[in-house]
Amino acid sequence: MSEHDHHHHDHDHDDDHSHLSETELRVRALESILVGKGYVDPEALEAILQTYEEKVGPRNGARVVARAWSDPQFMEWLQRDSTAAIASMDYTGRQGEHIVALFNTPEVHNVVVCTLCSCYPWPVLGLPPAWYKSAAYRSRIVIEPRKVLAEFGLTLPDETKVRVWDSTSEMRYIVIPMRPAGTERWSVEQLEELVIRDSMIGVRLANSPEATESTITNWSTSNAR
Amino acid sequence: MNGIHDMGGMHGFGEIPDIDGPEPFQHGWQRRIFAVNFAIGGLGLWNIDMSRAEMEATPPDEYLAGDDYFRRFLLRLERLAVKHALVSPTELATGLGSEPPRAGLNAINPQQVATMVRKGSSSMRPSNRQARFKVGDRVRALRINPVTHTRLPRYVRGCEGVIELVQGVHVFPDASVLGKDDPQWLYSVLFDGVGVWGKDAEPGLEIVVDAFEPYLEAA
Repeated sequence: MSEHDHHHHDHDHDDDHSHLSETELRVRALESILVGKGYVDPEALEAILQTYEEKVGPRNGARVVARAWSDPQFMEWLQRDSTAAIASMDYTGRQGEHIVALFNTPEVHNVVVCTLCSCYPWPVLGLPPAWYKSAAYRSRIVIEPRKVLAEFGLTLPDETKVRVWDSTSEMRYIVIPMRPAGTERWSVEQLEELVIRDSMIGVRLANSPEATESTITNWSTSNAR
Repeated sequence: MNGIHDMGGMHGFGEIPDIDGPEPFQHGWQRRIFAVNFAIGGLGLWNIDMSRAEMEATPPDEYLAGDDYFRRFLLRLERLAVKHALVSPTELATGLGSEPPRAGLNAINPQQVATMVRKGSSSMRPSNRQARFKVGDRVRALRINPVTHTRLPRYVRGCEGVIELVQGVHVFPDASVLGKDDPQWLYSVLFDGVGVWGKDAEPGLEIVVDAFEPYLEAA
């Protein structure tokens, strides 16, 4: 089920004044006062939301990954200078000025967190999911990653190391998942469809060809996944 | 500071919530507070390290209440708005602006939003300093416990690791929160799970933490 569209409705339950929460009231009050004083331009708010709800999202990262899988020169560039390679696709800027690509192999599985707050590579993945910012994820992924990954349905072989990257600086990290088997002749566009957001955080693998059908249904209704 | 935000390794928070939940926002008010926070940040009254420090100063019970990231945004922005005389406590309480605005502050417009998104704000700074460490060096994270903002999480303090990457010279958060760049060399340090958590650590666990040179000594 995708609730992606609910916040575009004018009359979703949030607008029912009979149970506006205290939080909602305070947000509305703060916005109203700040706009009223001229500190905030409502058109700027719309531009911000349009950017991060429609323009910038994990489809960007999927294009980076699919290109790396398809193009050995780009893969080499990504390994040598991730920031430049990713910026060449116009994925750079706020919360992604410096991006390091982490390559999953059978020997090492990478997964990313920000234990201290919520740092996340916005230009390639958009805004982080709520679970990434949760106390449960931030606390547990650095001490019991395999248990956390199991909650996402991922069990890794015992021989694979789990390397957890804690984003404690302004460096930002994107996981490059392993290319699924059976995709040898696939086009870049077809490969992009396999690269789900969670595979670029490291809590899931990229989808296999067998999972493709259900994946297409899910992401065609939501850029956020 | 050794605040509630420094969560790495804590127990008791339960299952990862809402793994396949609606993203990136689950309620309309979250969209608003995200956008307002971004816009106010554009006024240049504080830097990202100051805003993180303010988040870390949230009282622990409020920080954890509902484990709601965007509610914490609201609380923080209310406090920053009062601290920087953008609004008064009375105005917040009544929900009505009643006092004149601070002079000289201009709201960012949509073109400026686009520029902020496109250009970002790199933390890298030019420097003639030599890096103290190189890839492969064994280092130890210092046992420091500043009451002010730091980005060295408690769970690696005192632990030995290896330099995995040298990441250049960046604004030093511990100083930036106090208004100075004080650029320092930054390293990605690889820690073995057993070295951090002890002999019962998950097998094959490694943790990489980005650590500034002042956080480290040679091991």
